[in-house]
Amino acid sequence: MSEVVLALRGVRKRFKDHEVLTGVSLALSRHEVVCLIGASGSGKSTLLRCANLLERIDGGDIELFGQSLLDPRIDPDRVRRHIAMVFQSFNLFPHLSVIDNILLGPVHALKRPRAEVRAEAMELLERIGLAARAQDYPDRLSGGQQQRVAIVRSLAMRPSLLLLDEVTSALDPTLVGEVLDLLTDLARQGTTMLVATHEMGFARDVAHRVAFLESGRVIEEGPAREVLDHPREPATRAFLERVR
Amino acid sequence: MSSAIDGEPVPPDLFASRRRRLLAGRGGLVASTVSGVVVIGGLAAVFWLAPGGATVRYFFFNPHFMWQAFVGDPSKGFYSVGLGLLTNLWIFAVAEALVLVCGMLIASARLSQSPVLFPFRLLSTAYTDVFRGIPILLVILMIGFGLPELNLGYISNQSPAVYGCAALVVSYSAYVAEVYRAGVLSIPHGQLLASRSLGLSHGATMRRVILPQAVRTVIPPLLNDLISLQKDTALVSVLGAIETTRAAQIYSSTVFNFSGYAVAAILFLLLTIPMTRFTDHLIARDRARRLAGA
Ligand SMILES: Nc1ncnc2c1ncn2[C@@H]1O[C@H](COP(=O)(O)OP(=O)(O)O)[C@@H](O)[C@H]1O
Ligand SMILES: [Mg+2]
Repeated sequence: MSEVVLALRGVRKRFKDHEVLTGVSLALSRHEVVCLIGASGSGKSTLLRCANLLERIDGGDIELFGQSLLDPRIDPDRVRRHIAMVFQSFNLFPHLSVIDNILLGPVHALKRPRAEVRAEAMELLERIGLAARAQDYPDRLSGGQQQRVAIVRSLAMRPSLLLLDEVTSALDPTLVGEVLDLLTDLARQGTTMLVATHEMGFARDVAHRVAFLESGRVIEEGPAREVLDHPREPATRAFLERVR
Repeated sequence: MSSAIDGEPVPPDLFASRRRRLLAGRGGLVASTVSGVVVIGGLAAVFWLAPGGATVRYFFFNPHFMWQAFVGDPSKGFYSVGLGLLTNLWIFAVAEALVLVCGMLIASARLSQSPVLFPFRLLSTAYTDVFRGIPILLVILMIGFGLPELNLGYISNQSPAVYGCAALVVSYSAYVAEVYRAGVLSIPHGQLLASRSLGLSHGATMRRVILPQAVRTVIPPLLNDLISLQKDTALVSVLGAIETTRAAQIYSSTVFNFSGYAVAAILFLLLTIPMTRFTDHLIARDRARRLAGA
């Protein structure tokens, strides 16, 4: 594959005396979709937050386009403008309308002209069929609609990389499909994504590669079908049997 | 008795008790009217018929004395309880504005994260601990009798009302700072993560995401503190400032009738009741909104 977007090398993260990440290495190329799988508590969310500098790491290195993010000259706010994140619990801003949720980052972090961003945001909403709800507040939308708005909010930043943290886990089963369909579309268009998920069907069909996280490190990774259908590691096999 | 467990199913009794049925519907209205008349009428009767009832009415609630205290008569040595309220009002207005601003500054210092601001974090924590722990009356006495002794020129030459006002600001800022801080801390952490992950700075996140949400949760407790501040302007009387309470005190010791206190109490009620009603209204509205959202 081509250009490496994100590279984690031996990343360690400790909370008090509990070491959650014990040396994670993982690389992501442009246009690649990588699914991060692993049991609850294995550190998927922590890993994504570290990649975004929302958590300070205790060891190892993170590189974005070959630039180490541990460099003291790095401004974390600027880094985050290139790495968008979507959360399990949506985290839409309840005091802002749908459109203002989407505009907040581009207008106040990227300082782009409001009118221009607004036109783009409406186009994005059009794509997910929610243009008519632009002025509504998030609590008027269903869970699936809220999560799709959250995804669009992150896309409006025109990120180089999208981090998705179990974005369907908080959804009613009937609403999971609409969110996965949107992610599938994004993958087809070449969006670079790191996706923590328990949706094995999605991982098999959409991901290029799958990485399995256990006891704080990636113990197996490879092409999606290979890892999911013929896991080499006993731990991976045991995990896949449990989620099946 | 037999049940499904030991074989013989019996039709269950599904009717509400007789008492529940009586209280439902029109019976409830009758019951609440009767109980209202009995309770309130009973209290009034005790007050009216008690052996000392007439004396209390004469010394505390006599309309003639109440009016005399309200308008005052400096030539007879007592001041107007009604005019005294103006002093309470300006103390409250000035203190309220300063408390809202100072409380915000102290809370921001306590919530700051930058290592540079560490000393301010420490100072603001100590401040809220100390001034929430000292009775307001003591703060008023210390400032009111302490500052003039310092011979600091302008600072030591203020009126008792000004010192009282300053003491209220010092004390109440500590409470209000904690109300603000609790409001900010009540916003889910995910909101902060979402905003920071969009590349907004800590300051922009506070301004555009956290504070707008915190304000809504903070308004009712804030209004409660302001109601209490309104009443506590009466404490300034210990410094000799002629406000409502002090005027009522002077009246009672001059005329030997306590009706001035009733006037002062009524004046305070007229001030605080609109605010308490308004606060309750906001709380009810917020609750309705949350129930609709859930
Ligand atoms: N802020 C935190 N403070 C302390 N422990 C944490 C924190 N965040 C996560 N952990 C711990 O780290 C471990 C991994 O959590 P997480 O990354 O959420 O796993 P996953 O997303 O795979 O379920 C868990 O044991 C969790 O309790
Ligand atoms: Mg998680």
